[in-house]
Amino acid sequence: MSDFFKKTDLTRAEAEKIIDETLLNKDDGELYLQDSINENIILDNGKIKNTNFTKTYGMGFRGVSEDVTAYCHTNSISKNSLIDASKNINSTLKSFKSYKHNNSIRRTNENLYSDHNPIEAKSLKEKIKLLNNVDQYLRSKSNLIKQVTASISTEKKNIEIIKTGGMTLSDNQPLTSFKIALIMEKGSKNTQGSFATGGRMTFDSYINENNWKQVCDEAFRQAEMNLDARKAPAGEMDVVLNNGWSGVLLHEALGHTLEGDFLYKKTSVFHDQIGKKIGNENITVVDEGNIPGRRGSLNMDDEGEKTQRNVLIENGKLIKFMHDRLSAKLTKNTPTGNGRRENYMFAPMPRMTNTFMMNGKNTREEMIKSVKKGIYVDALGGGSVDIVSGQFNFTVNNAWLIENGKLVVPVEGATLIGSGPEVIKKIEMVGDDLKLDNGFGTCGKSGQLVPVGLGIPSCKVLMTVGGSKA
Amino acid sequence: MLKEKKELESLAVYCIDKSIGFNATNCEVKVENNISETVNLRNKKLENSDRSDVLSINITTYINEKKSSTQFTYIDKENTNVMIKKCTEATKLLPNDKFNSLPDKKLLAKNIEDLLLFDESTINNEKKLEYLKEVEDFGLSNKFISQTNGSSFNQSKSNFIIANSDGLLCGYKKSEFSVFTDLVAKKNGSGMERDYFYDSKAYLKDIIKPRDLGNKAAKLAVRKLNPKKTKTESIPIIFEKRISKNILGILSSAISGSSFVRGSSFLKKKLNNQIFPKNINIIDDPLIKKSIYSMPFDKEGVKSEKMYLVKNGILKNVILDSYYAKMLNKETNGRASGLSNTFFEPGKHSYEDLFDCGKKLILITDIMGAFGNATTGEFSCGATGIYYGKDVSYPINNFTLGGQIINIFNNLILANDLEFKYSKNCPTALITEGLVVGGC
Repeated sequence: MSDFFKKTDLTRAEAEKIIDETLLNKDDGELYLQDSINENIILDNGKIKNTNFTKTYGMGFRGVSEDVTAYCHTNSISKNSLIDASKNINSTLKSFKSYKHNNSIRRTNENLYSDHNPIEAKSLKEKIKLLNNVDQYLRSKSNLIKQVTASISTEKKNIEIIKTGGMTLSDNQPLTSFKIALIMEKGSKNTQGSFATGGRMTFDSYINENNWKQVCDEAFRQAEMNLDARKAPAGEMDVVLNNGWSGVLLHEALGHTLEGDFLYKKTSVFHDQIGKKIGNENITVVDEGNIPGRRGSLNMDDEGEKTQRNVLIENGKLIKFMHDRLSAKLTKNTPTGNGRRENYMFAPMPRMTNTFMMNGKNTREEMIKSVKKGIYVDALGGGSVDIVSGQFNFTVNNAWLIENGKLVVPVEGATLIGSGPEVIKKIEMVGDDLKLDNGFGTCGKSGQLVPVGLGIPSCKVLMTVGGSKA
Repeated sequence: MLKEKKELESLAVYCIDKSIGFNATNCEVKVENNISETVNLRNKKLENSDRSDVLSINITTYINEKKSSTQFTYIDKENTNVMIKKCTEATKLLPNDKFNSLPDKKLLAKNIEDLLLFDESTINNEKKLEYLKEVEDFGLSNKFISQTNGSSFNQSKSNFIIANSDGLLCGYKKSEFSVFTDLVAKKNGSGMERDYFYDSKAYLKDIIKPRDLGNKAAKLAVRKLNPKKTKTESIPIIFEKRISKNILGILSSAISGSSFVRGSSFLKKKLNNQIFPKNINIIDDPLIKKSIYSMPFDKEGVKSEKMYLVKNGILKNVILDSYYAKMLNKETNGRASGLSNTFFEPGKHSYEDLFDCGKKLILITDIMGAFGNATTGEFSCGATGIYYGKDVSYPINNFTLGGQIINIFNNLILANDLEFKYSKNCPTALITEGLVVGGC
């Protein structure tokens, strides 16, 4: 646990006094303190390129009146900085004469991850040795492998939130990530493969003798598969998505549009659809921040609210949006534990945690069999969405052409596009094989990156595929 | 108050001395203070204010041919010592790499020219709000703009020092003022569409007028209303300037020193080869006065100069820092911080000429997803645009563009409407063939 008041002229009592003086006549707010350290070791081009230690240390002070937020942050945790921040907040919010101060919070004493430091789990020497083994192992698989990049990133993030009345909440958030990317070359053709694993459990749960080779094998499988891939087709067709990481589709196409800030701003395509049927009967979508050990899990969110299971869409009916304290207040809902921020440099906003779709009844084989012409997506890449129009896009890393119910040949170079409200109506079949991803999702919104989890059963959906074969 | 040069220099020198004290043989450090103030407005009402004041330190330590680095936000000297010690201890454990070194002393920047990158003037939050209200007034005066999705005004000032154990010690102040508005359009019965416009300048007085910002964003959003779908076909494509700049984006990823050394570029064998038509020239000029993308030297302290990337269609230079330059047996060209102001020399055709090819075509006004993959050379993204048929034109959306990046390069015809707005600047660009539109 970091003691933020040990090395400064600011005592905890003084900080609490300034917080009270600043925030008691506002609706909401808090002082957010962060001390995190990250170690990143990268092997590239046959050797360890660099090791990098990053320490992120500082505070962010927030005041909220009605729907207006004033935020002030600095790396300097000191009396003067806090007083300056307080003045700044008061200056922004000076026009608000009335207030309903609310500092009640749904606390938790849940322990979704043990208090450990993944950076210290192995010595630097051991980590370097492992990455060298990865390089050797992969390069021995094929002489078509031209480049291997492997990295181990470990982090320990300590946060403390102080609200009015001296209310203090804190959490230690460990995070480990192990990533492989490789390039193969055959003739003039380059192909790529990548895979990763990670989460908030101990280092050994993700990187051990039994599993690092599996991560390598999957990256290799993807790159090798594309060596003989043909050009992907273009146009609207049936798409069968495999289970697991394809949940990124759910995250982009639906998840973002169900974030509470887009509800009170009325910019989400679904802002007036709560309680209405927006998709097929077979679709139930959940965001669950309190699954033990997962990359998107948190004991409490970055406002101190406990995380929870939120059913967003149930049997096709839109049930609720994800909220932080502000969007909950403005839309007369309760916070859902989705107020997150990348670090002390940002005010929180509604974000996803672990987002997934519940099981349906079909098997993947049934789905493929039912397709006359389409593609089977074996490995989806990343994507993005335009909240207002609902349009989204994804890159496809690996796919197969389906003809007459059979996988014919690998195809490459495709993008999937569609619009959220349309796609949710076009999910025809949902598999019985829900899988959560391997723990490597990072979500960006308004310039803030946060770790997230994803999941989906296999699905069949009608979408536009952007290949280069007309 | 922005930290003054002296204070940053003394911290930088402290870090170098400490690193050497912990047995580093060489060391490179950057100390930077950034103070930024933003206000956001939405539907003519204040939404939030944000003030940031961060002092950060970035250190790379060398022990002969070994190298490691650390970044941290400044707390105090004690923590600085801890971080430097950790970094040098890690350095010892790393393998030797003969290409690791500080840059050649003779390449370091001297007699640095003032590129006019710092404006002393400031604008307080009240004035920023006045500006934004005016922007939204103009935006909302368009009858099809139903609401705003947010407008913001940011003032950012920074001061930095870079230093190394070979005696480099230099830096300068920078300022940036940026304004942005995002508007939502809706007609009776139509769906919502949004679009934005922004401007970013080193000098406050050069910022776009609120009227122009609001009107431009409104026009862009409104022209997207009531989109139709389009069919799958091969068709000539015109990229608007804000999209065509991505041609330089994907080119720059494909011609970085690291992607050549690592073999991760589809252009890795193309140095001194024809990759564009003969009339195409691409220049990177880091010394343009008052441009927020200018830099008299790169992050290693190496002086930067104007350079042709592509001349007469031939790829002439790759983007180099000291490390990758050595690996490619070349001298660094002062691009450790990447490219600066990159642009195509304008073409000969007018904007109207491009549409005058007698064929139907699609104007691309927005894309989603990456503009191609610099490793595989594949091109595929989602797009929004305007369809131009024989006598009709109408907005279209929800379609894809697919092909090969090299097809875009080979079939490129440029208009004469180059303007400097982004870090990468391209005139309106016609791609005569090679792209496939994926629709219904």
